[in-house]
Amino acid sequence: MAQFGFENDIHSILKLDMPITNAPMARWQRKASSSNTSALSGLSPGKSANVSLSSSKTPKTNPIQDGGGHKHISYISKLCNKHLTWSVSLNGYNVEDAKILHLGGKPLNAPEGYQNNLKVLYTHTATPASIKKSRYISSTPDRILDAPDLRNDFYLNLLDWSSRNFLAVALHNSVYLWDATQGDILLLMKMEREEDYICSLSWTKEGSYLAVGTSDCKVQLWDVENQKRLRSMASHTARVGSLSWNDHVVSSGSRSGHIHHHDVRVADHHIGTLTAHAQEVCGLKWSPDGRYLASGGNDNLVCIWPRAQGGSAGNDSQLIRCWSEHQGAVKALAWCPWQPNILASGGGTSDRHIRIWNVNSGSCISSLDTQSQISSLVFAPNYKELVSAHGYAHNNVVVWKYPSLSKVAELNGHDDRVLSLTLSPDCSTVATVAADETIRLWKSFEMDPIKKKAKERMVKSTSSVIHQSIR
Amino acid sequence: VCAWHPCPSTETALGSSDNLEHRRKDRQVRLAAFGINSILYQRGIYPPETFTRVTHYDLSLLLTTDPKLKSYLTNVVSQLKEWLFECTVQKLVLVITCLETNEVLERWQFDIECDKSAKESSAPREKSIKTIQHEIRSVIRQITATVTFLPLLETPCAFDLLVYTDKDLVVPDKWEESGPQTIDQPEEVRLHSFTTSIHKVNSMVAYKKTESA
Repeated sequence: MAQFGFENDIHSILKLDMPITNAPMARWQRKASSSNTSALSGLSPGKSANVSLSSSKTPKTNPIQDGGGHKHISYISKLCNKHLTWSVSLNGYNVEDAKILHLGGKPLNAPEGYQNNLKVLYTHTATPASIKKSRYISSTPDRILDAPDLRNDFYLNLLDWSSRNFLAVALHNSVYLWDATQGDILLLMKMEREEDYICSLSWTKEGSYLAVGTSDCKVQLWDVENQKRLRSMASHTARVGSLSWNDHVVSSGSRSGHIHHHDVRVADHHIGTLTAHAQEVCGLKWSPDGRYLASGGNDNLVCIWPRAQGGSAGNDSQLIRCWSEHQGAVKALAWCPWQPNILASGGGTSDRHIRIWNVNSGSCISSLDTQSQISSLVFAPNYKELVSAHGYAHNNVVVWKYPSLSKVAELNGHDDRVLSLTLSPDCSTVATVAADETIRLWKSFEMDPIKKKAKERMVKSTSSVIHQSIR
Repeated sequence: VCAWHPCPSTETALGSSDNLEHRRKDRQVRLAAFGINSILYQRGIYPPETFTRVTHYDLSLLLTTDPKLKSYLTNVVSQLKEWLFECTVQKLVLVITCLETNEVLERWQFDIECDKSAKESSAPREKSIKTIQHEIRSVIRQITATVTFLPLLETPCAFDLLVYTDKDLVVPDKWEESGPQTIDQPEEVRLHSFTTSIHKVNSMVAYKKTESA
């Protein structure tokens, strides 16, 4: 049929690669050598698209009828390739009549130091460790919740799961609580001014109070049961992007680089200041035994501070460790719940490494390149694993065996960078929130029932120290 | 010229044929812009983290945040739009070269149809948002799919945008003439052409054969 002939012709025409040896220079080269050429003496097929051109054909030397005066244009011509090419007629256009232009200056490239990492992205073969048959890690989330208006800001910590099984998430300037047991959603609070936003959330250990860090530099304290704000503590000069509880003290990290300790039982809440960081403190975690505070900043440092004795203010002279090995912002921090003094830290885009530290010895026990920005880390005790949440470029969650750091599984599904990760109180599920405005729950750590009974630990609902003394 | 903002949502409102024509050119140019961004992202010419997702026409699309690149693209795209409206553009070509040796490694060619008769066409059809989405998706999808067979670009690369215009066009300030920058003995893949309401858009990618056993 006629159209296939046409197709074939077009195909052969499209091969613009064969050098023509016995032909005049291409039009642009000719123009370069002589500035006054009135007619295009040259080779160009007529306007019909049905011409096939191959290198064996001897080109004609008829001038083209281009229907109209030929203007003299002075221009700068750029000598590029050595290759001579034929312009061909395509779609009825006489491409030989075309000028090829580009915006002046040298071609653009990415800033220095950028290594095209497609090689690692596309050739890296994931080798999951052999998974025991008895444990199944689903590749799809157990549940997806909508999180509209979530702020896509790497440095904020907008997700936390309480010991009473409430998942708190901050969407722009509102805090929502999702009751994981019943499935209800409750709007806990909304900031007054539209331009303000929530920067961090942190539940107390008992799960009855929620600390909220805001863009207007305050740390708010909320009684969730009564849905009442108990305190609004001012001391910072910049937004409060990270929070961590240690009994009745909540530590807050700010964009100023400062960390403040607040004793929420007393009116004069600001009891300590730590100023080692030069940039935003985006990671902040007290160890489970309350002895150490780990902080990570946009200055790539990981700092370890001891708990201050008595009620005295903690200060910088007590800094125990300051690690600068990370090459990117350290937002992801996690203490190992089953091994004391072990801290995991994760670096941002330019670093992408997970590092495991021993706080006592001060050494880095192991380090792993995950090839993706790390936004969050959590230890999952049920199978003794470490879970990492990633932004660019994988946008996924990875489960690593601890301490070997061999990959167990990848949880893919988010369409955009994962910003935060948190573990359920029964340790069976991780919840992730991502820039694709969804929260996904991955029930990957469920223990089989027999083991579960042996490990059962009830959350003791003793009257909290805070409850008695809050004013 | 801000080429990134979508048309107001009244896409379905009928306008004068001039307006429609203008919007059609606008869309073509935007399509080209999204295509270029997609190629730069997929081929790793710029770091992936320098791209951000924006929503246009209800689609999530990648655009660069690199300021130099953004400004360069804005300049090219705004000029392209002008030429497109005057029906003097024939092709848009993205050339990827090895930064060190200047060798052309890849060449993406988009044929932009300037249907001169359409300017005076009597019955211009309005396009639904679905059609627009389909167009954009086709282009982006094809580009993404090529990653599976295109050889890895292992060296730092630079890219250049070439516009094939009518020969009698007055070359504007800051633009220069260029050679076609073709590849020596390339492999070529013709991408699926797709049809918009009035014309066909052809695109292809040519790349340097790798020395593999």
